[in-house]
Amino acid sequence: MKSGLYGFLFAMWVLILLGGGIMVVLLGPFSIQQFGDFHWAIASGIKVIVALVLVVIWILILSKLKNYIFKKELNF
Amino acid sequence: MIELIIPTIISCLIAFFVVYLTTPPLIKILVKKNYTVKDMNKKENVMVARPGGISIILGIVASEIVLYGFFQLNEILAVIITTTAAFLIGYVDDRKVMGGWFKPVALAVAALPIIFLGAYDSDLAFPLFGDVQIPLLYLGLIIFMIPITGNTINSIDVLNGVASGFMVIASFTLSICLFILQNYEIAIVSLPLGFVSLAFYKYHKIPSKIFPGDSGALTFGAMYGVIAIIGGVEIIAAIALLPAVINSFLFLSSVKRVVEHRQIKGKPVEHTDDFKLKSTNDKTAPVTLVRLILAACPLTEKQVGFTIFKLTFFSGILAIITAFMMGISL
Repeated sequence: MKSGLYGFLFAMWVLILLGGGIMVVLLGPFSIQQFGDFHWAIASGIKVIVALVLVVIWILILSKLKNYIFKKELNF
Repeated sequence: MIELIIPTIISCLIAFFVVYLTTPPLIKILVKKNYTVKDMNKKENVMVARPGGISIILGIVASEIVLYGFFQLNEILAVIITTTAAFLIGYVDDRKVMGGWFKPVALAVAALPIIFLGAYDSDLAFPLFGDVQIPLLYLGLIIFMIPITGNTINSIDVLNGVASGFMVIASFTLSICLFILQNYEIAIVSLPLGFVSLAFYKYHKIPSKIFPGDSGALTFGAMYGVIAIIGGVEIIAAIALLPAVINSFLFLSSVKRVVEHRQIKGKPVEHTDDFKLKSTNDKTAPVTLVRLILAACPLTEKQVGFTIFKLTFFSGILAIITAFMMGISL
């Protein structure tokens, strides 16, 4: 059980590093120029949506991982 | 660098000794006023004073005011204001049972001084990959971060000494990471949190003489969240907090809604005849970190606490590795 918890912690750490990489690669260079003064707000809005989608995907992966690692223990 | 040493020593001593010296009289006052709750994990009918948040906030505010005298940073003001607001929110919840949404919403409001004081940098730093500029998203992150860290620490305050012991490890880890990243001023601002937690742990460790209550747990969590933001170490802070994050994640993914612990009917943990803790088979009870630790076999309260501390050490090591990785770019 305890090794499962350490494994889950390690998996979360790796997912955070990978998620951060995707954030930087996808959102970092993203910008919009053709909407005049509003380009900053529109680009930020799109970044918010992409970030939220990434967070949802992150939670779904984590949920699957949790069920896989703790399938015996979660059989309450 | 030398000029930072004296404020550091003074603030750390104040943080430690204010809590160390004010907690015993606070326990006496709370017991006298009958502000006590039953320790559910003791065989005998043991009543424990609550809330200890009062001495915790005194230690934090006193030490941070001294630091403000030396540095006059808006970041220190943000720590003082937001942490005090979190304490007051927790104190209201200690005195009066509030709904499940009260704390998250009120803590989101408590985060606003960080924005108004401009005590943040909207670049989010990731290890290996560098920074990403997210000005609008970062404002949302600030608003969400304080309720998340506050409630995360609150949710792990389930056994004697766990919340304060957990904070000792997590906050000193965060301070070490800030020193590694050469963010010396914020590292010094963060140190009182570790010393306050350490002093409080003396009275909170098993067998507890005082519980931090919501006021103490939210104070710990909110200050931790503010330091993460003002130090620009949000990702590292989240990693150091992973065991508590897992606890909240397991709880929310099993309950599937934001709800107060006291509103949950099912019991995740029960006692054996020799008063060890064991996980139940109750399918309506939430899955928690303690329940998972106990899934293999029953353990004493002390053993469960130490298992959580070992997990926190492990995530602390991962956080320090992450801090070193911040200097590497792919």
